[in-house]
Amino acid sequence: MSDEAKDDVVKVIRTPVQLDYNYSAGRSASRFLRSIKEGKLIGQRCPVDGRVYFPSRGSCPQHGVPIEGEPVELVDRGTLVTFSIVRIPAESVPLEIPFVTIQVLLDGADTILMHLLGNCDLEKVHMGMRLKARWKPKEEWEESVANIIYFEPLDEPDADYDSYKEHI
Amino acid sequence: MRDVAVVGFAQSQSKRREVNLNDTEIVIPVIHELKKGKNLKNEDMDFVCSGSSDYLAGAPFAFVMGLDAVGAWPPVCESHVEMDGAWALYEAWAKIQMGYAEVALVYGFGKPSMGDLPLTMALQLDPYTQTPLWPDAISMAALQARICLEAGVLTDRDMAECASRDRRNAKDNPYAQVKGDFSIEQILADPYLVNPLRKHDCSPISDGASAVLLVAGDRAKDYCDRPAWIKGIEHICEPLDLNVRDLTRSRSTEIAAEKAGVGNAKVDVAELASPFSHQEVLLERALGLGADTNVNPSGGAMAGNPMMAVGLSRIGEAARRIWDGSAGRAVAHATSGPCLQQNLVCVLEGN
Repeated sequence: MSDEAKDDVVKVIRTPVQLDYNYSAGRSASRFLRSIKEGKLIGQRCPVDGRVYFPSRGSCPQHGVPIEGEPVELVDRGTLVTFSIVRIPAESVPLEIPFVTIQVLLDGADTILMHLLGNCDLEKVHMGMRLKARWKPKEEWEESVANIIYFEPLDEPDADYDSYKEHI
Repeated sequence: MRDVAVVGFAQSQSKRREVNLNDTEIVIPVIHELKKGKNLKNEDMDFVCSGSSDYLAGAPFAFVMGLDAVGAWPPVCESHVEMDGAWALYEAWAKIQMGYAEVALVYGFGKPSMGDLPLTMALQLDPYTQTPLWPDAISMAALQARICLEAGVLTDRDMAECASRDRRNAKDNPYAQVKGDFSIEQILADPYLVNPLRKHDCSPISDGASAVLLVAGDRAKDYCDRPAWIKGIEHICEPLDLNVRDLTRSRSTEIAAEKAGVGNAKVDVAELASPFSHQEVLLERALGLGADTNVNPSGGAMAGNPMMAVGLSRIGEAARRIWDGSAGRAVAHATSGPCLQQNLVCVLEGN
């Protein structure tokens, strides 16, 4: 193709696309979000094997059955299953770099939650450490998992490896 | 060719707006009902295939959440089409033909009420020359209806007859959304919605889901006393641009019908996924249906139109009439794209 022909090609057009959606979180996620606004952490139990899914969800992906029973309330403490130290700033994360993203297994839950670790020296972060949620002030609570600012270390011995190894 | 049968079907109630449930939660009870009714365990399924659209959900990879309804742990052999579930059924049928599966679960789901459906449909058009004009789906169909009327291939009375029949038939369908006795005169007295289409000429906008179970060979009898055998299935596509197509007929349906063998014997029942009444007239002609065919006993898409499930539901509704012996031979239809651009035809028989 000659240079002249190249110049003849339209390379950019502007076609703005905007579609508005009226999204609903659904029954299970709504229950979880309403509860966390009250400072409660809600999971649900699989009717087949009793595993507790956190956050609550409408079905068990392992057995393909609807989860319709009473929700299970969980405590806001758990075990660090795995972590990553992040050195790139992220607009959505309220912490200075470097910060630590974690997978935490809440006590009584059988699925892990992704969150942040705070109030902890980077050299001391390790798997199995016991954690507790640091909540925003109560008056700022809304329907959001961000009501928990981060998890921070608990002054407790590490959890036994066997208690969280299946989640790694 | 391997013998493959439709042996199970479940569907949700078509609703204009499902307020409380997200799209995954709409699918969960449907799949659960099908699995429970057929005593089907996950280990029995060799293949799972779904049809849905991220544009309806307004989120990328939204279909992945749908797998929660199936139970994909331990992992399952799975696929997805950004199309109506009828095309997911075609993929599953092909998978069975290739010998990779014997038992396949197929489902489709959509929650178009989250967005503005007629406008969302503009995104399926040519992105350079058509989408920037944002032609909505009803206006596109109205252009086609106008061409058909001007060409004299149908009348607005023909259109009203389809709409009246479908809504009347739907009175017996507990899953239908728009049903009742509307006389042809009553319909023709209505004002235009988008000239020459009246409200009754349009299918409703519906949230919903459906699921179908396919089984190969002798095992089909384990799931169903009188399986609905797929004797022919074909889908044919026309160009996207309307100006290179003959909009007064549905050529792709004609070819698909011929390849699927629709005309080889009498058709007792036909279930059509026609979004607009004039398209239903064109489809009946393209399929060669006569007065001896019971068209849309469920009411078809005109009575309930859950996007991405409505075509699959037509296959399920047609199969249901084979199972109960009320039909010996049935035809199901699904469509995709503007003004019947792409059409799928499936022939089911009891023997």
